[in-house]
Amino acid sequence: MQTVKMVVTGPFNAGKTEFIRSVSEIDVVSTERKISTESERVKETTTVAMDFGRITVDEDLVLYLFGTPGQKRFDFMWEILSEGMLGFVVMVDSTRPETFREARSILETFRAYAPTPYVVAANKQDREDAWEIDDMRIALRLDPKIKLLPCVATEKEMVKNVLLELLYSILADMESKGGG
Amino acid sequence: MALKGNLRDYTVTHLFRLINLAQKTGTLIVDGPNEKVLVSFREGKLAYAQAGQEDNSLVTILYQAKKLTAPQYRALKERAGNMSDKELGLLLVNANYINQQDILVSLQNHFVAIVNRLFTWVEGFFRFESDLLPPDDKITVRVSLENIIIEGARQLRELEQLQDEIPNLDIALKFADRPGANIRNFNLSVEEWQVVRYINPKNTIRQIARATKMSDLQIRKIVYALLQAGLVELVRAEGAPRPAPPPQVASRIPVTQPNPEEQKSLINRLINRIRSL
Repeated sequence: MQTVKMVVTGPFNAGKTEFIRSVSEIDVVSTERKISTESERVKETTTVAMDFGRITVDEDLVLYLFGTPGQKRFDFMWEILSEGMLGFVVMVDSTRPETFREARSILETFRAYAPTPYVVAANKQDREDAWEIDDMRIALRLDPKIKLLPCVATEKEMVKNVLLELLYSILADMESKGGG
Repeated sequence: MALKGNLRDYTVTHLFRLINLAQKTGTLIVDGPNEKVLVSFREGKLAYAQAGQEDNSLVTILYQAKKLTAPQYRALKERAGNMSDKELGLLLVNANYINQQDILVSLQNHFVAIVNRLFTWVEGFFRFESDLLPPDDKITVRVSLENIIIEGARQLRELEQLQDEIPNLDIALKFADRPGANIRNFNLSVEEWQVVRYINPKNTIRQIARATKMSDLQIRKIVYALLQAGLVELVRAEGAPRPAPPPQVASRIPVTQPNPEEQKSLINRLINRIRSL
């Protein structure tokens, strides 16, 4: 049995757990705990170690999706989770510009852990106060070559699209390196 | 969809950078603690600004700019009270009171002064309205934002903020590939020009600081201003080693690394599976 993994990362409350929950065939193995810090109490619970979802491809291949903890004090988990990943998704809350800088910093950290392909998902694009994709690209200082994709983490089709775009990027990366 | 937030989280410098790079047209409305400022843009250039309920009439702006005497100001206020700024401007030019250039420069200075005030604000809700343009009867200008951004960025003094913006000095700079952004049009200080001379993907920021005998704080301030103005971009220094992979850590979930020949077929299988979900 072959196992491969992709990592879903991003700032606190960006929607990583929901993203994995939308496509995982198992109930997401979650390590959510009640939030202790008053300033971060925009939701009741947060992921403290990782979220873990699974998609069985066939009898020989399984894809694991790992969601990283969003709170900075659990960032020691990031390196462990990034090991051996095929690629990663950076989730950004389109309605919270105050998290853009942190998203950028997380992106840079993961790029340093492993130079694998990645895409950025602009989550909560269904909200009225969501920033436009083009504005987010400038705010996040993303290279035009990096895919910035609209997303609503609770909508399966949009989550599938993000994962597919990441896989297309991985494929393109392999072809450019002459692999396969 | 919205371009809105709080200056506490997204500063005026960042906003102007975005408006400049995205070449936006519309009006930025900022509700500060004590007043409300409206700044209008056309294709990423400053067009108009209004602070609170301040008198923004052309006659007052020209008087404040010392282009009109007090008696002229009073007379025009009395007799031309119902005229629009455009009509009044035309009248003044035709009557040889003032030339068109004086009017434009006075308006430009007035609008830039309002914008510069904004750079001192650390708190305030902002929103950008694409449909809101300056009133038709007002004279608008066309001022590039780069110099305004550089001036605003010079006001950032906090080392902590600068370290957040430029955490790594072992990275290089290159000139941004932007049509119309000509370095010669920027009002740079001597120190900024010194740095500009060394901009090259081969030189790290740290090396430039050494060559120009600048402290970390000084070089960060200058690089921050150039970055915000969209003049330069951060790039990995040519010849710099790629970051080392992390040390091997025992993973709780065993992950198989397929060989390169199998990888493409593996990715295609994943693609097919996710499509079918």
